[in-house]
Amino acid sequence: MTAASNTRLPVLAIVWAWLLVLLVLPTLIVLKIALSYPADSVPPYAPMLPGLRVSIDAFSLILSDPLYAHALLLSLKVAGLSTAICLLAGYPMALAIARSSELWRSLLLMLVMLPFWTGFLMRINAWIGLLQDDGWINTIIATMGLSPLRLLYTDTAMYIGIVYTYLPFMVLPLYARLSQLDARLLDAAADLGAPPWRVFLSVTLPLSLPGVWAGILLVFIPAAGEFVIPDLLGGPQAQLIGRVLWQEFFQNGDWPTASAIACALLILLLLLPAAMLWLLRRGVRLS
Amino acid sequence: MCFGAVVAVDALDLAVAPGELFVLLGGSGSGKSTLLRAIGGFVQPEAGRIVLDGVDLGALPPHRRPVNTMFQSYALFPHMTAAANIGFGLRMRGLERAEIEARAAEMLELVRLQGFGARRPTQLSGGQQQRVALARSLAPRPSLLLLDEPLSALDRNLRRDTREELVRLQRALGIAFILVTHDQEEALTMADRIGVMHEGRLMQVGTPAAVYERPNTRFVAQFLGAANVLPVTVRDGRIALACGMVVETAAAVPNDAMWLAVRPERVSLGASDAANRLSGVVVQRSYAGETLTHVVRLPDGTLMRATAALGHGLNAGQPAVGEAVTLSWRPDACIVLTQ
Repeated sequence: MTAASNTRLPVLAIVWAWLLVLLVLPTLIVLKIALSYPADSVPPYAPMLPGLRVSIDAFSLILSDPLYAHALLLSLKVAGLSTAICLLAGYPMALAIARSSELWRSLLLMLVMLPFWTGFLMRINAWIGLLQDDGWINTIIATMGLSPLRLLYTDTAMYIGIVYTYLPFMVLPLYARLSQLDARLLDAAADLGAPPWRVFLSVTLPLSLPGVWAGILLVFIPAAGEFVIPDLLGGPQAQLIGRVLWQEFFQNGDWPTASAIACALLILLLLLPAAMLWLLRRGVRLS
Repeated sequence: MCFGAVVAVDALDLAVAPGELFVLLGGSGSGKSTLLRAIGGFVQPEAGRIVLDGVDLGALPPHRRPVNTMFQSYALFPHMTAAANIGFGLRMRGLERAEIEARAAEMLELVRLQGFGARRPTQLSGGQQQRVALARSLAPRPSLLLLDEPLSALDRNLRRDTREELVRLQRALGIAFILVTHDQEEALTMADRIGVMHEGRLMQVGTPAAVYERPNTRFVAQFLGAANVLPVTVRDGRIALACGMVVETAAAVPNDAMWLAVRPERVSLGASDAANRLSGVVVQRSYAGETLTHVVRLPDGTLMRATAALGHGLNAGQPAVGEAVTLSWRPDACIVLTQ
């Protein structure tokens, strides 16, 4: 036991140091900027000390101006819908990979991860090439004698981009969970009279729930703050919170407001996994 | 409920009677588990028919078969309580909630786990998990229950108690059991009939006493219990050992006799008036608490075992290693084998 705690302490110290330096400290800096007065200087905010000059103007602005609430709600909606599509598309994929033979399994997993080998922006640009008015998809549609579709700079294009980008983050945790599933449990359920769909609902799905939650968090959280995909593929109406933040920061030079938005988003996205954990614990106690 | 359970597997032709406890005994790779999985519907036989109560099960998927399996690893659902595990088969049959709960409680009582219904499998001991698995497979009242090595995960003492418990339950419920095991003691003590399997074939089927006392092949004689097996030749309707000794047998000898098998516990050491006598030297003694086994080398190098019950414990009367002894056995101890 002492040997275990002897090695545990340094390992934990590394983790805590990592979190402190790369997560807590930057967050505190962002919070500090959010609570500062804007100034016509470089960087564009007034120092807090001396005199403890603290302003909550940025926070009251994002709470009072409906632009921000609207952007936030739109972001949650886009992230929620994208997560749902990723789940519906990713679950059958993960299940098929988990149930395929050894050889196919590694091949299919590699195909899921293959996109990571190319730069993200390159792949989004490839989608622009596919979706634009005289792009590949419209060329194919035209050869079939149909009228071309307006795809690029629409919500559809934005959803395609987000689902395409985050699908592996849904498939991988689901696969990890489903491949651990004891096949004998499925046999036992069938043996006790469960047709395949009931085997799925009563055994496979409940036992894969931790993977489902992991996938949901891994897709929803980055998708909610997504800025590049809506900007490159979506239309001008797609004013997501990430885009608004970027505009405050780079176009308006209003660092305190941008930082306040970042803080609000962070708090919201921390509440989400907390709520899920709470629901999960309650679910465990109920069943 | 149970009108009769008859399972026929062509190419090895096995028929199990209603309410019978049939044990399939075989080593690993003998095909006994595969046969069980075929009856359960998890593997499709390439040929042949599986008939239960007059219904051909061949085309039915596992969930449509009126057969339940108790799996070797128990395969309890980890996300459900013991009671929910037991009620699973009843839920799938669309029973009312109140009836499911009543039946689950009844099954828990049957396997002596009252008050454990709310526990999850991980909160139960191995023996308790085994009983939940049994209750779960019995709850839907199948006409045939398949048990795949149901006791192999238990430790030795618990296994003996559970063996008796299983037989008691089987008798009380009148459900036919097909139990697969590699443990000969389990087979002998539990079975109404034993089927010995080897390399996918059913070697012999019969009551434990019939299979033990009258094995039909050298393989069965040596697989079920121990046996001294000696090559023999047939001369004038009698058999002779390689050393030339003519053996007195109780039954008539077939012309194609190849082997003589004698159970070690039927072989006596020391002076005797039994018809068959051989002399040799003790090369090894192995003490097993209840019994003492002597390994005796005959002049031609053949080793024979003689096992005696230690009704009076170890004493000076039992020959030591290196001592010259006489082995003897009665004519009715002879098992003459043609293959």
